[in-house]
Amino acid sequence: MSKTIKLRKGLDIKLVGEADKVKANVDFANNFVIRPGDFHGLTPKLVVKIGDQVKAGSVLFYNKYNEEVKFTSPVAGEVTDIVRGEKRKILSINIRANADNAYEDFGTKDVTKISGEEVKKQLLDSGVWAFIKMRPVDVIANPKDQPKAIFISAFDSSPLAPDYDFVLHGENVAFQAGITALTKLTKGTVHLTVNSDSTPDTAFSGAKGVQINKISGKHPVGNVGTQIHHIDPINKGEIVWTVNAQDVVIIGKLFLTGKFDATRIIALTGSEVKTPKYYKSIIGAPVAKIVAGNINDGNVRIIGGNVLTGDKITADGNLGFYHLQITVIPEGTEPKFMMTKGWMEPGFGKFSTNRSYFSWMFPNKKYKMDTNLNGEVRNFVVTGEMEKVFPFDIYPMQLVKSVMYNDIDLMEKLGIYEVAPEDFALCEFVCTSKIDIQDVIRQGLDVIHKECM
Amino acid sequence: MMRKMEPDHHGKWAKFHPVWDGFYTFLFTPGETTKKGTHIRDGIDLKRTMFFVILALLPCLLFGMYNTGHWHYVAETGNFDLPYWEQFGDKFIYGLLQVLPIVIVSYGVGLGVEFIFAIKNKHAIQEGFLVSGMLIPLIVPADVPLWMVAFATVFAVVLAKEVFGGTGMNVVNVALTARAFLFFAYPSMMSGDKIWMSGLADKTDKVEGFSGATPLGELASFTTDEPVHASLAAFSDKWSLSDSIMGYLPGSVGETSFIAIMIGCALLLYTGIASWKIIFSFFAGGLAIGYLLNAVSLNMYMDLDPIHHLMLGGFAFGAVFMATDPVTASQTSTGKYIYGFLAGAMAIVIRVLNPAFPEGVMMAILLMNVLAPLIDHYVVQSNIKRRLKRLKTA
Repeated sequence: MSKTIKLRKGLDIKLVGEADKVKANVDFANNFVIRPGDFHGLTPKLVVKIGDQVKAGSVLFYNKYNEEVKFTSPVAGEVTDIVRGEKRKILSINIRANADNAYEDFGTKDVTKISGEEVKKQLLDSGVWAFIKMRPVDVIANPKDQPKAIFISAFDSSPLAPDYDFVLHGENVAFQAGITALTKLTKGTVHLTVNSDSTPDTAFSGAKGVQINKISGKHPVGNVGTQIHHIDPINKGEIVWTVNAQDVVIIGKLFLTGKFDATRIIALTGSEVKTPKYYKSIIGAPVAKIVAGNINDGNVRIIGGNVLTGDKITADGNLGFYHLQITVIPEGTEPKFMMTKGWMEPGFGKFSTNRSYFSWMFPNKKYKMDTNLNGEVRNFVVTGEMEKVFPFDIYPMQLVKSVMYNDIDLMEKLGIYEVAPEDFALCEFVCTSKIDIQDVIRQGLDVIHKECM
Repeated sequence: MMRKMEPDHHGKWAKFHPVWDGFYTFLFTPGETTKKGTHIRDGIDLKRTMFFVILALLPCLLFGMYNTGHWHYVAETGNFDLPYWEQFGDKFIYGLLQVLPIVIVSYGVGLGVEFIFAIKNKHAIQEGFLVSGMLIPLIVPADVPLWMVAFATVFAVVLAKEVFGGTGMNVVNVALTARAFLFFAYPSMMSGDKIWMSGLADKTDKVEGFSGATPLGELASFTTDEPVHASLAAFSDKWSLSDSIMGYLPGSVGETSFIAIMIGCALLLYTGIASWKIIFSFFAGGLAIGYLLNAVSLNMYMDLDPIHHLMLGGFAFGAVFMATDPVTASQTSTGKYIYGFLAGAMAIVIRVLNPAFPEGVMMAILLMNVLAPLIDHYVVQSNIKRRLKRLKTA
């Protein structure tokens, strides 16, 4: 039984620099980096030493408190460095890739025939398990849990997001294998949610064994959290797993080929990119190789992911484990004089949800936005603005405040189990008082994870 | 240039960093960038929000100045039928000289207190008072002594705001607290029939039978044994509905003209800065009670046309600029309807049924400010119940 949902609330931020639908290859004979910090809340236990030779799929480290969950190398090569920070915390594992990309062989399997336990074991051994996340608390799923459903979003609605219909075109077989594998992991339903405003690729529309739901509206309509809330909301004590559509393909390939294939199509986007397009890349790849010669001069910020939820990457940094996109936008470190660019300007060129800027008159204009806060941090003053961009039956401001004063009981009642930081990204964007709301929600989820689960 | 003057965080002037910061950020939006999470931010900030409220108040301020001048000349000559728009320059200049000092005192004292608290508590200067400082002059009679304004401002900023932690933390509206302080501390200067026409109190050779009472004061007399007017018709002859729409009435500086208020209201609604839900339900609440009183009709005051009610006194001003203060109003969407409706209804109830207070808007809004968290509590509880119910049915 599929559902069709229409959302009224939300906000599409239109930015300059959408990726052209061209795929380019980059040469990656270089350093790859895996950061345990990409996996929120993980305490890693190292397996490799400096100088070890690894293959793609070799275990690098595992979860100290859940040894089944292993993390593996995306490429074959030599471990050149293990960077540690305060209290010897492992910051990153650097691997220099070999020319011959050797893979660990996990054995090809026919997913339609094997049991859920076998699927689980293969995913855990190969490190592919890390692509399966759980709600509540938005961390890597615990293999001991019984999820009531698994959700996959077939599109990304965030600003300049990669077009999954383009990225996954022609991956029908691997996608279907991944879906079939996931159906073995839950007694409930696997939900695939497509955008009803466009025609999904046959990889999605032809998927079998899933419930295909349709949803339409503005961002965050593509966020899996929004979809869960409207299709099968999470109550206290229930668990739902989520997987990104591109990662379903990686899961599928694991069973079809027996290899951990960490290649992904990522989108290079943003106003400071000269020719935005798609690249075939690998997890942990150096961004310098991808953006080289293709970004404008000046002070720019490179973001792994989209502008709402991504992570800042230094120019010599690497792609994170979950990054499917690179966005390059100007830094906003220049002070802005009040009359010309600051708070008193007429505002034809500044994007705002507030009509005090005249930019609302051009709804289809695409903007070039920088990283300036456009104001200073204050207490909450304005009310009602978050509700307009938050399509949940949850009071966002009350929930954020309950986290701020650490009232676990109230957080539970107000619906913290249903949300992830990314769901609050737009609230953070519109907040007049410039509060880091995603960070607050993350803290709330950490408290819940520690105290209640 | 400003950068050079920035006090060192550890130097001798470090304590005054908030003051410098206040001026600097007034001139420039700082080059502060996002750190994590959302990398881009909406253009709106609190300064711009507050600035638009001040813009919206300007028509009221300008009209209020002129109106002050007009009633001064009425009091001078004793001629009620003085043509409203004649002697335009004289009236405006008189009003300007009368009102501007109040604005200056209100801002000077209020910002002074803000600066002191910012230095003491080491927080940045907050923008909230930019609006409060403009609201205070608009809700007092033009003849109010400046030292009273200063006292009231200090009282309001310290007790209504800073003790709670500054803008965004206050429970009741700051400007209304100042007004309430004046009302209770100096009742002789805040009510009666001497103060509403500038210069009337000092005048010794008063014209026989001349009263400077506001229309609401005269209306309130219907509930006493000695009504000013013999009937409502006589009242409407003197103070017609169109007078109150245009604002040709004596009263507090900014509250009289419905048209000026509506210009501000349009700006606030159009930019979305004020909640239309509150304004709408505030008027709805006033109308509902007005018609209810019409139906009961125990005295002549109760028979007053509810529409006329809404145009008189501070009702419209309160609805647009006071009740909509986002910090002290209800924060939930449903709560805003309830809050506005009750505040509007209460204002009329206090006006008509309590002869001690000719005007009830201030009291009604202050009371609802206090009750707003309670309303929100019940609205949020209903959401919580809905979620629990889902768990049971599932």
